[in-house]
Amino acid sequence: MLNLDFTFLTPQILSSYVLKGFVFSLQLTLVAMLGGIALGTVLALMRLSGRAWLALPAAAYVNTMRSIPLVMVILWFFLLIPLITGRPLGAEMSAIITFTLFEAAYYSEIMRAGIQSIPKGQVAAGYALGMSYGQTMGLIVLPQAFRNMLPVLLTQTIILFQDTSLVYAIGAYDLLKGFEVAGKNFNRPVETYLVAAVLYFAISFSLSMLVRKLQQRIAIIR
Amino acid sequence: MAMIEMNNVSKWYGAFQVLAECNTQVEKGEVIVVCGPSGSGKSTLIKCVNGLEPFQQGEIRVNGTSVGDPKTDLPKLRAHVGMVFQHFELFPHMSITENLAIAQIKVLGRGKDEAKDRGLKLLDRVGLRAHADKFPGQLSGGQQQRVAIARALAMDPICMLFDEPTSALDPEMINEVLDVMVELAQEGMTMMVVTHEMGFARKVAHRVIFMDQGRIVEDDKKDAFFGSPRSERAQQFLSKILHH
Repeated sequence: MLNLDFTFLTPQILSSYVLKGFVFSLQLTLVAMLGGIALGTVLALMRLSGRAWLALPAAAYVNTMRSIPLVMVILWFFLLIPLITGRPLGAEMSAIITFTLFEAAYYSEIMRAGIQSIPKGQVAAGYALGMSYGQTMGLIVLPQAFRNMLPVLLTQTIILFQDTSLVYAIGAYDLLKGFEVAGKNFNRPVETYLVAAVLYFAISFSLSMLVRKLQQRIAIIR
Repeated sequence: MAMIEMNNVSKWYGAFQVLAECNTQVEKGEVIVVCGPSGSGKSTLIKCVNGLEPFQQGEIRVNGTSVGDPKTDLPKLRAHVGMVFQHFELFPHMSITENLAIAQIKVLGRGKDEAKDRGLKLLDRVGLRAHADKFPGQLSGGQQQRVAIARALAMDPICMLFDEPTSALDPEMINEVLDVMVELAQEGMTMMVVTHEMGFARKVAHRVIFMDQGRIVEDDKKDAFFGSPRSERAQQFLSKILHH
């Protein structure tokens, strides 16, 4: 029978081992979300531009990223960049850039669907009022697309949060790593991995519930 | 110089010709009604006037500016050509006040207060001042279309294009929109109106254009058109929509 003992996980131990990793995981999620949505929106606009020289590179980028396992992208970026630039980036910085670039591909597909869900007449109305392409997109189409897609964007962000644990591959110090190190030092890996799992579950599940609430509110507004 | 001038305008979707050598002009202060069976190209024609639809041949000039010329600043031209759409196309994520103000601010560079005042004045004019803070989804179709007309007017247009403004409306809402349009016509606004509302045409149109299969088949003074259309096609069309 398992003989579990959690008593060593005092607030002090948690804050010295886990807090730093927790902050990094949140940071990574937040930056990759904001950067990924921004870059993803640009990619979506490129794909919908109707110009091959913009649409094809964007499509190639998105399809490539979506066809490679994330952990490999993390590894390759971490290993290749020092070879190209001549100096290492550090695991944390490398992770932030990789996640932003990778998630942009997924966010771009969401934004593409969102933009396509806006009736063409809205674009015509923007143009007819004398707006430029940029104004029509920025003031008319994207705000509506963004609002319609908000639940899906947030769901993708929850997946992103879970995926941040993959930075173990390059040894970045994230939430999971914090528990792992504590587990090793106190020789209680089963306990720390269990607590880590519960924490990931609690965060992801409560965010999912939040998204569901939001979805209902948006449905009412529509 | 005519406000709108069309010379030999032709347009194709692939191999299919939607507009064939269309010629007409709209003088300042004139009201032109464009009618014809569905698929005859009337909506396409009116969308060519402000460059929402490109055309491959011919020339359109609005107030002297060539629409098809790649050097023309289309946004600048469109800012002063009002357009009203079949499905209103108000911006659903903005209040009525914002709908009226946004292009005044972002396109014409007006101040926020000035834009809001101008918007409220026009809302007053179309009888919807009380709805200023609502969102488009809270208004009826007829109300939305009146807001759309006010939105176009807020830009101080030199002419107005209407693309079937009443055909998406419930019958009891058509008149409230037509009333606004009649008033506008009587004030001397230059208007090009795609519509099947022959009552409107009889009341305020100066000329009626009848289109069929991408061609302008008739382009006549109102009385001549309703009295004795020259083409058999227009006679058929008129007899169908006037006697039902």
